[in-house]
Amino acid sequence: MSGEVLKRARYKTSVKDSGVAGVLKMTEDKFVFMPNDPTSSARFDVEFRFIKGHKFSKGGSNKPALLNLTQDSEKGGGYIFEFENYPDREVCREFVGKALAKFSEASKAGSEQSAVKLFDEQLSTIEMERRIKLLREDRHSVPEEKFGVLLLKGILPLFGETIIAMKLIDSGIASKVKWDCSELQKLHKQFVLSGVLTEAEFWATRKKLLDGNTSRTSKQRVGFKSAMISDLKPLTDGRTNRVTFNLTPEIIHQIFAEKPAVHQAFLNFVPNKMTEKDFWNKYCRAEYLHCTRNTVAAAAEAAEDEELAVFLKHDDILASEARRKIRRVDPTLDMEADQGDDYMHLPDHGIFRDGSKEIIDPQYEQYRRTLSQDLNRHAAVVLEGRPIDVELEDTRTVAEALAKSKRVEAANEKSDGSVTRERLERISRMTEIEDLQAPRDLPFAALCIKDPRDYFDSQQANALKTLGDTLAGSKQIKCSLSSQEAYGSLRGFISEIKSVGLSDPIVKPDIALKVLNGLTQNISSTKFHLGKNPQESVLDRLPIITKEELLHHWTSIQELLRHFWSSYPITTTYLYTKASRLKDAMSQIYPKLQEIKESVQSDFRHQVSLLVQPMLQRRRETLKRRRRSEPQEGPGGERTMGSIGTDLAVMERILELVKPILEHSKTEQEADQDHHQNQARAQHAHLTSTAHPVRFPLVPGSRENCSPLCGLVKMGVLLAFSLSDLREVGWRRRV
Amino acid sequence: MGRSAVMAPVPSKLYSDDVSLLVVLLDTNPFFWSTASLPFSKFLSHVLAFLNSILLINQLNQVVVIATGCNSCNFIFDSSSVPANPNLENGRMPALCSNLLQKLEEFVTGDEKLSKEVLAAGIGSSLLSGSLSMALCYIQRVFRTGPLHPQPRILCLQGSPDGPEQYVAVMNAIFSAQRSMVPIDSCVIGAQHSAFLQQASYITGGVYLKPQQLDGLFQYLSTVFATDLHSRRFLQLPKPAGVDFRASCFCHKNTIDMGYICSVCLSIFCKHHKKCSTCGSVFGQAQSDGNSATDRKRKTPET
Repeated sequence: MSGEVLKRARYKTSVKDSGVAGVLKMTEDKFVFMPNDPTSSARFDVEFRFIKGHKFSKGGSNKPALLNLTQDSEKGGGYIFEFENYPDREVCREFVGKALAKFSEASKAGSEQSAVKLFDEQLSTIEMERRIKLLREDRHSVPEEKFGVLLLKGILPLFGETIIAMKLIDSGIASKVKWDCSELQKLHKQFVLSGVLTEAEFWATRKKLLDGNTSRTSKQRVGFKSAMISDLKPLTDGRTNRVTFNLTPEIIHQIFAEKPAVHQAFLNFVPNKMTEKDFWNKYCRAEYLHCTRNTVAAAAEAAEDEELAVFLKHDDILASEARRKIRRVDPTLDMEADQGDDYMHLPDHGIFRDGSKEIIDPQYEQYRRTLSQDLNRHAAVVLEGRPIDVELEDTRTVAEALAKSKRVEAANEKSDGSVTRERLERISRMTEIEDLQAPRDLPFAALCIKDPRDYFDSQQANALKTLGDTLAGSKQIKCSLSSQEAYGSLRGFISEIKSVGLSDPIVKPDIALKVLNGLTQNISSTKFHLGKNPQESVLDRLPIITKEELLHHWTSIQELLRHFWSSYPITTTYLYTKASRLKDAMSQIYPKLQEIKESVQSDFRHQVSLLVQPMLQRRRETLKRRRRSEPQEGPGGERTMGSIGTDLAVMERILELVKPILEHSKTEQEADQDHHQNQARAQHAHLTSTAHPVRFPLVPGSRENCSPLCGLVKMGVLLAFSLSDLREVGWRRRV
Repeated sequence: MGRSAVMAPVPSKLYSDDVSLLVVLLDTNPFFWSTASLPFSKFLSHVLAFLNSILLINQLNQVVVIATGCNSCNFIFDSSSVPANPNLENGRMPALCSNLLQKLEEFVTGDEKLSKEVLAAGIGSSLLSGSLSMALCYIQRVFRTGPLHPQPRILCLQGSPDGPEQYVAVMNAIFSAQRSMVPIDSCVIGAQHSAFLQQASYITGGVYLKPQQLDGLFQYLSTVFATDLHSRRFLQLPKPAGVDFRASCFCHKNTIDMGYICSVCLSIFCKHHKKCSTCGSVFGQAQSDGNSATDRKRKTPET
């Protein structure tokens, strides 16, 4: 943000007021109005944090350029400025917008007394549209009317302005959008409409999501038409020998792009050597000669007129470009593989062009163009797209712009030396014949593993545990035989089967039946493999509805937690009430989980209770435990859900701890000045720095005996929270 | 690259999805069989019947048997090189069986000669790593030279306990099988489960089975392991029980979720060590004291 803005403006108390002329100066955190008349009383110096929003008049021909900085609705009023012109106003408006955005965080916390008034936040239309877009991402659709209702309920009242309704209609969103019930929308509905979170709070944690979307919306550029310029057909009136060509700027642009030689010639000849009209006449003449397929005539004419020859001969620039491209082809590409597809010895392989088949005459080879060449070139240009963005009015500008963009391209390519190097490396790597290479003696140290048994031991215990086998039982089998005896008995067995032959029947029928039954049961019983295959989540085996419900609760809990920790540390009553609201919402989820657990079939009840149980019972878990469980969180579901119960416990404890502190700190609002240093430090690391931070040192030991909070900090309680939990809001603090 | 160069000259192969190349690894550890509840002769009778049925399922099927001994491994049967002698020998047994038994006997004698007269307390393990490697090499050879391109799989009939000293070799073989997409099926006849084979089957997508009724072994074999890989997709075979991949640390044998790993030999430790106890690599210090202190705090699980 640039430092400050200084503009002439008139300060008005109301729109109709004639106003006081003066100078408006805006800096990062405040704006100052100085009237030209030094005796005037309309002189003020206001900090942006008292400004809640800004409005502005629409740009019109004779309407005044107004900017209204609105204050708290309680205090009423605002500051209306009329600028001399719209550009001035725009500069100021943008500046104010940025300044307000910066203070919005602060103001949120700062409006402690009027927490509910946050709804007044004025959003830019763009941001709102983005919100709507986010809300309707995803595919499950809900009837359109519902969208309208939701929109009205969820968004409109918050802005309370008709402008927005109009904007919606303006941009056609309301009429066109199909309301998609995404995860986000569900959460929005659940928490914002039920009042757990305010609109602003809900979106505050999704700022990034909103920002990310803007970068993607770039202007789509129009490419070339895929029609070929061979459409440029000579028109004859049939009576005279007169031939007419129609050239439009569009076609000219395409000619320049597809035929660099013509482009080059245009730059060279026009307007020094010939007029533009002459140039195109010549070009058309050349085209006409091509059309007639009269290579002999073309050769004759080219011999006479060297400018005409430019159009008739092969395009050197194209040829060199093609050579360059071939050089850049991946050296590992097996060209021989395509040999069967080669039609090069059959020019155009019998394609009729403009109704007549082309004849080959090697003598006039250079005056002949084949359809395949034209087609390829055209395709290449279409694929490259339209590199320039100029009005196609003036041929000369088009030509120059095109030349410029080509130069840029070439420069880019040259500077991209690494590509060449990479290519060379690749060639040498691919063409290298292993046997002929000198041995590469890279410095290495031989890996010497003292005892590979360790690896086994580290795995075996767990592996066998999974199978319900104990190591203890296995080690007991002892073999008392000497190796000689053992081998002897083995040979005995072999000779036994040799003499007796295969047993008949191999398997007794009853045993076979037993085995079959055993196997079938084994396969059908869920007990055998449940939860043992890490690739298969327990959730996948639950009925879909239950699974979705569970997942939804899970995302809700995540969302609540996200908001909870983003309001941490709880330094103001406002944050405290928000946190308690979140905690209440969280605790409401628990009975629902219990309900799910009871509703499922007995087959899955055990599984669901495994999932749900931790949420219900682990409230008393210690904070230490919570910290440990955090890194385990993963897609598995089970463990992740397990930490939720503790989350609630942590939330409760934090609230308990913070409550008395808050009450205390209120009475000591104006604490001693010694704390300022610490406060500054705290704010430095603080994401949501507040207007009324509780004064306590985040660095223990520096001001230990100043307030009860310091004592707590010394006990490490709050720090324990901040360390483990603030990771969710992206905190990194050194302690 | 090297491989494609070797494989390229083969002009055309008969690819078919229902032709199997079954490599059976037969555990011939004499110490195990002297204590096993199922006599070796009975076991052989089940297995021979199973091999016969595999050959009957598809006439292009190929069966290779590798004996896994205590001191050596060797091929004892290959259905593709069996002498064309269809007449029954002494009326009791097909030629292929007597052939196999003959080779097996020779192998056992050879294996005995190699044995050093050291009386181990336990059964001792058989050379699973060796026979696995032989099986994989054989399969590669068939891939590269033979006129057929069958669907190979390996079936381990294992009884002896795992040999911890073979861990690295066995794991290498398993990963090699995984790379060449050869499933390793395992049928454990011994008293205890085999962690090796459990992992092998899990990693390669084979079936791990420990039959409860050993006298019904043929039934198990024919029900679970007889179908070709293509048909397997349509069958509900015993699900491979998941492997608990959590490792225990090398220093205290504790099962840990997070720990320190030697970047050279991948040994696992629950604490930071100055030197790796397995390969002797000396570990560097963490960047700064402050960082390492918090890191350790977070990463080290309470024991």
